Amino acid sequence: MTQPNVHRHDRRFGYAMIAPAVAIILFIGLFPLIWTLLVSVQNISMIDEDTSFQGLLNYQRLMSDTRFWEALGHTLMFTAVALPLELILGLALALLFLEELPGRPVFVALLVLPTVISPIVAGAAWRLLFDNRFGPINQVISWMAGEPVTILWLNDPNFVYAAILIAEVWQWTPFMFLLLFASLTNVDPSLSEAARIDGAGFWRTLWSIILPVIRPVIVIALLIRGLDLFRIFDVIWALTKGGPGTRTETISIYAYVQGFQQFETSYTAAMAFVIIVILTVLVMAALKRVEIAR
Amino acid sequence: MRTAIRFVVAVMVTVLFLFPIYWLFTISFKTPDEIFSYPPVWWPSSFQLSNYTVLFRDGDVITIWNSLVVASVSTVAAMLIGTMCAYAIARFRTGGDHFSIWVLSQRMVPPIVVVFPIFLLYVKLGLVDTYLGLIILYTAFNLPYVVWMMRGYLQEIPREIEESALVDGCTRLQVFTKIVLPLARTGLFATAVFTFVFAWNEFLFALVLTRSAVTTFPVQLTHYFGGQSNFWAKISAMSVLGTVPIFLAVAFLQRYLVRGISLGAVKG
Repeated sequence: MTQPNVHRHDRRFGYAMIAPAVAIILFIGLFPLIWTLLVSVQNISMIDEDTSFQGLLNYQRLMSDTRFWEALGHTLMFTAVALPLELILGLALALLFLEELPGRPVFVALLVLPTVISPIVAGAAWRLLFDNRFGPINQVISWMAGEPVTILWLNDPNFVYAAILIAEVWQWTPFMFLLLFASLTNVDPSLSEAARIDGAGFWRTLWSIILPVIRPVIVIALLIRGLDLFRIFDVIWALTKGGPGTRTETISIYAYVQGFQQFETSYTAAMAFVIIVILTVLVMAALKRVEIAR
Repeated sequence: MRTAIRFVVAVMVTVLFLFPIYWLFTISFKTPDEIFSYPPVWWPSSFQLSNYTVLFRDGDVITIWNSLVVASVSTVAAMLIGTMCAYAIARFRTGGDHFSIWVLSQRMVPPIVVVFPIFLLYVKLGLVDTYLGLIILYTAFNLPYVVWMMRGYLQEIPREIEESALVDGCTRLQVFTKIVLPLARTGLFATAVFTFVFAWNEFLFALVLTRSAVTTFPVQLTHYFGGQSNFWAKISAMSVLGTVPIFLAVAFLQRYLVRGISLGAVKG
């Protein structure tokens, strides 16, 4: 493609066109960052408006705050479990629908629905399903067990992670499915046909032929979902608000609690900045390992 | 035979995935006795609408209106500003590659990090619990998405059409408004609907930045969760009111769905 000759007049027009967007993105991208950094080295809280320079006081406090590290641990755990589950289940669904099937467009259209609803609504639905007295899940388990089973899904520390993961994986597996399904249908069928003629089995064909072709899409899907999971808030807020105790608290929820319930302004700012740093490091590491197709 | 098995599995999977939505919808039609019965009632005896009329009577539906106002106005604003920016990037490569990557990277910033300083700024400016405050933030947060998606759609418009309009004496701005925008209308429409859905479903910003005047429906939903007295009827009815518009939007947009949620990575 030849580079078109951009006139000076056009260049000025271009800058005028991007100016409003740049101004607004700076407002949410740059202002919060600078403000966060500034306030994090002060000592502002509800009781104290101390704006003097405190050095790394808040960061030191954060380093020894086990609740923060536990929240980070929960966040990474949810991400580490949900992300592969969603990918594998999404891929399995995509393969199920890859060949022609009666009513296939209807199935696809219906399977998409969980992904587009508000995560708060998804949380509400699962709250009703998991209810220990009037929810159908305990009823079905009791029926299968042959005796009354009462699981306190959202209060029992042994079950609450499973409950959150079920809701999360339920909502976002269709997202993975849709992306993988669309990219699989774009793969030239003669590729896997040729592999089959050469004697490759189903798994061999999948692993060596199909997956490498759709790899860029898998990478982007994982990146989008990974970033969403790292800041997971809504569905957990709707299900447990981080409870019981602080067992399902994620970094977003803990930062919310510190900032908007404890009013620890400077401390929350330090936390926010550390979250940005961790996120940047993780994204850089992820991008290093995969070359993003543009 | 293999197709038959696949079909059965497909039906089972679909039922499994739709069951939570089915459950939510049916509870909204149940009577209080049916909601709080054991064993649970799997099919309501009649489709009575009292759970909905309660929402109207108590004035809770105002939160649906609030969501509608905030999501529509912020969508229009983000589309306007974002499409202008996308056009400059697509046609003149304004700002170069780094600029468009920078715009996209803004989408990765966790909302909790943004909302905290914004909240304190809004307190000073008196923007907490106002339409304007929420609209500004939603516009800003959806802007990277609009720019990125519209860049993709605008790049697909052949340059020659614009060149000939320029030769005919149109200004650049006229080419943009009279030639480019009409040609990009399906892309504009699809992107706008997704932007609307994101704003409509958004929770954290609304939780922080609303008190009572402009509470959006997801925030209202969480107000119903409380200790032992969950308002199940209200939770389900409000959820349905907040979900049906989304389902309608998606039904119209099947063709653009994949492209819309994959940030343009898969053309579908």
